[in-house]
Amino acid sequence: MFKNVAELRDYRNLVKAALAKEKLRIVVCGGAGCVSKGANKVYEKFLSIMKEKNIEFSVVLEKENAKDVRLKKSGCHGFCEMGPLVRIEPTDWLYVKVKEEDCEEIVEKTVLKGECVERLCYTENGKTYVEQKQVPFYKLQTKLSLFNCDKIDATNIDEYLANDGYTALEKAPFEMNSEDIVNEISESGLRGRGGGGFPAGRKWSQVARQKNFPKYVVCNGDEGDPGAFMDRSVMEDDPHRMLEGMIVAGIATGASEGYIYVRAEYPVAVAKLKNAIKQATEYGLLGENILGSNFSFTIKISRGAGAFVCGEGSALTASIEGKRGMPRVKPPRTVEHGLFDKPTVLNNVETFANVPLIIVNGASWYKNYGTEKSSGTKAFALTGNVKNTGLIEVPMGTTLREIIFDIGGGMRDGKKFKAVQIGGPSGGCLTEEHLDLPLDFDSLKKVGAIIGSGGLVVMDESTCMVEVARFFMNFTQNESCGKCVPCREGTKRMLEILERIVEGKGQDGDIELLEELGEMISAMALCGLGKTAAGPVLSTIKYFRNEYEAHIYEKRCPAGECQKLKTITIDKDLCKGCSKCARLCPVGAINGKIKEPFEIDQSKCIKCGSCLSACPFKAIKEN
Amino acid sequence: MENKIDFTVLDQAISEFGTEKKALIAILQRAQEVYRYLPAEIFPYIAEKLDIPEAGIYGVATFYENFSLEKKGKYVIKICDGTACHVRKSTAILDAMRKELGLSESKKTTDDFIFTVETVSCLGACSSAPAIMVNDEIYPTMTPDSAVELLKSIKEKENV
Amino acid sequence: MEKQFVTVDGIPVEINGEKNLLELIRKAGIQIPTFCYHSELSVYGACRMCMVENEWGSLEAACSTPPKAGMKIKTNTEKLRKYRKNILELLLANHCRDCTVCEKNNDCKLQDLARVFHIEGVRFPNNAPEVKKDESSPCIVKDQSKCILCGDCVRMCNEVQNVGAIDFAFRGSKMVISTAFGKPIKDSPCVGCGQCVSVCPTGALVLHSEAEVIWDALHDSSVKTTVQIAPAVRVAIGKELGVKNGKNVMGKIVAALRRMGFDEVYDTTLSADLTVMEETKEFAERLQSGKNLPLITSCCPAWIQYAEKKHPELLDNISSCRSPMQMMASVLKEMNKDVKHFHVAVMPCTAKKFEAAREEFIVDGDKNVDAVLTTKGLIRLIRESGIIFEELEPEAVDMPFSTVSGAGVIFGVTGGVTEAVLRKVSEDKTRSNLLTLANLGQRGSEGIKEFEIPFGERNLKIAVASGLGNAEKVIRRLQAGEQFDFIEIMACPGGCVNGGGQPSANKDINARNVGLYQADKNSVVRRAEENPVIADLYKNVIKDKAHELLHTTYRKR
Repeated sequence: MFKNVAELRDYRNLVKAALAKEKLRIVVCGGAGCVSKGANKVYEKFLSIMKEKNIEFSVVLEKENAKDVRLKKSGCHGFCEMGPLVRIEPTDWLYVKVKEEDCEEIVEKTVLKGECVERLCYTENGKTYVEQKQVPFYKLQTKLSLFNCDKIDATNIDEYLANDGYTALEKAPFEMNSEDIVNEISESGLRGRGGGGFPAGRKWSQVARQKNFPKYVVCNGDEGDPGAFMDRSVMEDDPHRMLEGMIVAGIATGASEGYIYVRAEYPVAVAKLKNAIKQATEYGLLGENILGSNFSFTIKISRGAGAFVCGEGSALTASIEGKRGMPRVKPPRTVEHGLFDKPTVLNNVETFANVPLIIVNGASWYKNYGTEKSSGTKAFALTGNVKNTGLIEVPMGTTLREIIFDIGGGMRDGKKFKAVQIGGPSGGCLTEEHLDLPLDFDSLKKVGAIIGSGGLVVMDESTCMVEVARFFMNFTQNESCGKCVPCREGTKRMLEILERIVEGKGQDGDIELLEELGEMISAMALCGLGKTAAGPVLSTIKYFRNEYEAHIYEKRCPAGECQKLKTITIDKDLCKGCSKCARLCPVGAINGKIKEPFEIDQSKCIKCGSCLSACPFKAIKEN
Repeated sequence: MENKIDFTVLDQAISEFGTEKKALIAILQRAQEVYRYLPAEIFPYIAEKLDIPEAGIYGVATFYENFSLEKKGKYVIKICDGTACHVRKSTAILDAMRKELGLSESKKTTDDFIFTVETVSCLGACSSAPAIMVNDEIYPTMTPDSAVELLKSIKEKENV
Repeated sequence: MEKQFVTVDGIPVEINGEKNLLELIRKAGIQIPTFCYHSELSVYGACRMCMVENEWGSLEAACSTPPKAGMKIKTNTEKLRKYRKNILELLLANHCRDCTVCEKNNDCKLQDLARVFHIEGVRFPNNAPEVKKDESSPCIVKDQSKCILCGDCVRMCNEVQNVGAIDFAFRGSKMVISTAFGKPIKDSPCVGCGQCVSVCPTGALVLHSEAEVIWDALHDSSVKTTVQIAPAVRVAIGKELGVKNGKNVMGKIVAALRRMGFDEVYDTTLSADLTVMEETKEFAERLQSGKNLPLITSCCPAWIQYAEKKHPELLDNISSCRSPMQMMASVLKEMNKDVKHFHVAVMPCTAKKFEAAREEFIVDGDKNVDAVLTTKGLIRLIRESGIIFEELEPEAVDMPFSTVSGAGVIFGVTGGVTEAVLRKVSEDKTRSNLLTLANLGQRGSEGIKEFEIPFGERNLKIAVASGLGNAEKVIRRLQAGEQFDFIEIMACPGGCVNGGGQPSANKDINARNVGLYQADKNSVVRRAEENPVIADLYKNVIKDKAHELLHTTYRKR
């Protein structure tokens, strides 16, 4: 328990010195991607081999007598496509796709002899990259909010302290008053990373002005967009930074209690955050009179129970209050009447994670990154049909081309780029013409898209855009809370129309009806989820109207993805008349005489594809 | 098969989370964890302790996806249908698993209460797409065949 | 302070404390369409019909936007018209469209707005799953297929009435209004107050009709039919039948009922006088013994059910007096023991239907009140009979019960029972004391009214609550240890004048209150005990059967 800043500083120096004593670190990525690919087994293997070989090593940061060798499980390294990842520090060697069988060699060569196992290093276009920072995937990134994620052991507060964590708390309650902090955040140009891009400083100042106590700081960790996992990484891999950001927000606004709302699907994040809160409380960084100041602050965790709409501010606070997560009308706004009807600062995980950096390094430092109106960096989850999927962070204003083709390594399987869906179900799609558009709040708004929480799903020529629109509408329709008529009834009808289009039952006028409903929902819906629900449909109609028309008027899916629009035929030359397909067909659409070529009755065929995989002669084909 | 409801679970949850209305979701989550569903018998109990009408609790219980009013299987399999998984053909995995277990959109749990198969909007494991989650463990880059294999291995373990 | 204005469609409208744009716009003489706005409920903002366009071309909901000086809004633009039509079309798409056979035909907001906005077709199929009507409650009928999910009933049941029988369940396009586990309403905490029906804009919640059995009895010449009319009916029925809201049309009602074929027509006010006698006696006894105080009134059946379901610990405090309806019925049944007799009660109330069916009021399988007709139900019957109500000459009720007191009449308004009891309790029987007693604080439509009056060596502490949410507040204080001597509780906000069976008052409850107080003022007899009929009744009919005929018991439900 630190009673004052001096004690905290002394302790930090102690753990820093211990960290400096470690001469070699094997850092195994413990991110969800790598774990699902076997990273834990790799870690265990290292453990047993090193024990077997009687190598003196530690698995935690030893404050007193640090060992030369350290085996560490860190958070997500971001390069999920290549997992399990192992990085050697301080040489920065990166081993990719490490299997249990590789561990022996790594220990033998790297740990014992200090040599690099080059065969495990990343290779692209024939070039092998030994150091992580040279790998194109990393080279173009700038990690601010994710800086610690691939470095520290998130379960240990000492590691965060050794990496200059909680330095903002040395400053904020002592050298700065509420106004200074709000000014610094305003000056930095930090905008909410949850989607809307509302200036964080302005929000904080509005809450600071309120005279109604208690006030709350709420962190939105309900990262629900399908295809987004940036916030998950911060919560699981660098939870203290988020706590630190929230504490600073508390000092700035006069709030005394914080809530973190974590979505139900992130049990690991909940466990890590709980642990972090416990440690911070034990160290006196949370609780009564933090570091001897007159500021007190506590943080509680509220677990979501499975509702996307709870990412919306008022639905989120309703959910913390134990109610159905239905958004309410505004005004009054959350800054005046938020959680428990009290003034509330509500920001998302990434926003809070940026705060300590701004406090410590200053607003002008932060403004070095990004563009004039969108300062700083933004984390994106890069997924879909791109070679290097993973978690990335780039300065605001980076172009899509840099992200997809430089960092992402281009399209998978040599296919052609078609579009990228940005901002999840609330966003829109961007096409080839937008590849050189700088990604920032305002330029995206101009083309009808939003950064949203930062999901980037890359799609190639084999992706049907009508199907993509149907997918997102299905998602939104399922997640609509049902309160307002435009969203509840409108999305239901839009989905109905999209479903019939991809099934080849589209009618003349359907595109116009989609546009009519989409426009109405955008203007009339109650909350952000509803207002943006039609985004994916309207933007795919805008850029790929011809695909819609092909489905409706020619009953054809240009991308060849829509099952119901496929024709399955039997190649007469290859068919041996074995009748296997006919016996499997669930609707009896295949007929013929044994040992003569069979035929498919197209009027009966439901395109289920059962026959396709069953044919021993590969005589059945679809187009 | 009539199981007696153990109300001490609720008492513990209530003493941990309190009797304020905001405790409702946390208490229901605990009940869901322990009983694997929300038995109807617990509603009047919670209603009285928290002074919330039963209809209101029912409203909350049916709003959130994680609550189930029907008993779930020992293995709850969530097939991710997030964007990344969807574009990498997660639907085929869902179909294969349902077929293997004789389940459907409306019938999500096997009669022996061993398996429940459902979809989830995103597991946040997009880099491992298509992914599925069995209870709390994520299985990456699945195919319809590997999914069926997985089911078979669980069946073997459970002797069914 | 300088006057502040909002410009509505180019016309400046002064801001005068309006909570939201909707109220301000209505002041400008413009009726903005809404489904989910009710001034007495919290703002829900879900129907989106009341959206208006601001000067920057974006839309905001008038119901939830406070007026600010200098705002410029338009209420009818190309966009708004198009979008409102979209919304109506979407609502109609899911909605049962059998308007002609709907209870709410011609009294339905959805139907009304669809007509007003010229919705000429619906481009979407109605694929809502078929749901059976819930007819389990004797009071109300719920039909999900006609629900537009405006949530008015949910807020009424929870916020105003604190009953919580229904709430939203499920979400998105699967959302419904439901009891817990979709149980039949009769098995829910519903107390039958009918306030949900009053706010429902469509036919999703309607009153349970008993019209057919009443017609059957009227058309059966071997059956003697009698009918009683509750005080609050006479000031509420006129509005729908071409007479001003609040005007006392008791005489016309009597005439109408006779034309419909009722053999004898009586005024429930008489049995309200009986209630005053019995309740005052009970109150005096309790004051003497000091037991079971406070005495809580028992006239309101929705309150009784609420207490039986939620506050069984209070049952001993509730007066054992039957409600005026049941007193009248048991007296009439006693008097007509030897004939085939069918008794109908015309009530402002839906919960009376439940009360009539209570086993305590069924003697040898015969209900004391055979059928309850709500005010709305009576309007239907009058229309069906072809009677032109406004042209009827008033008639008097039948002998021997033609004299009623002013004390009984004011039972229809919150505070009325209290005032009637105090007139009996007070020893000062002068005319001027009536004025004093009128101004103790029990009058007016506030939800909770409290006052003290001197009584012997001490003060009596009295509370009057209307609306069950308000009643609950008083009960909580009682449970926290506060002392009261007498509590009057009416389940409906404002009392029976605003009952669940009444035509909607549209905020004009006051006219009905005035009507009843005027009727009191015009009465020859102002105190129950001064009504000569009462003495006759005790002497000739009730005799030693007061307990059997006029009192009852309660039980936990």
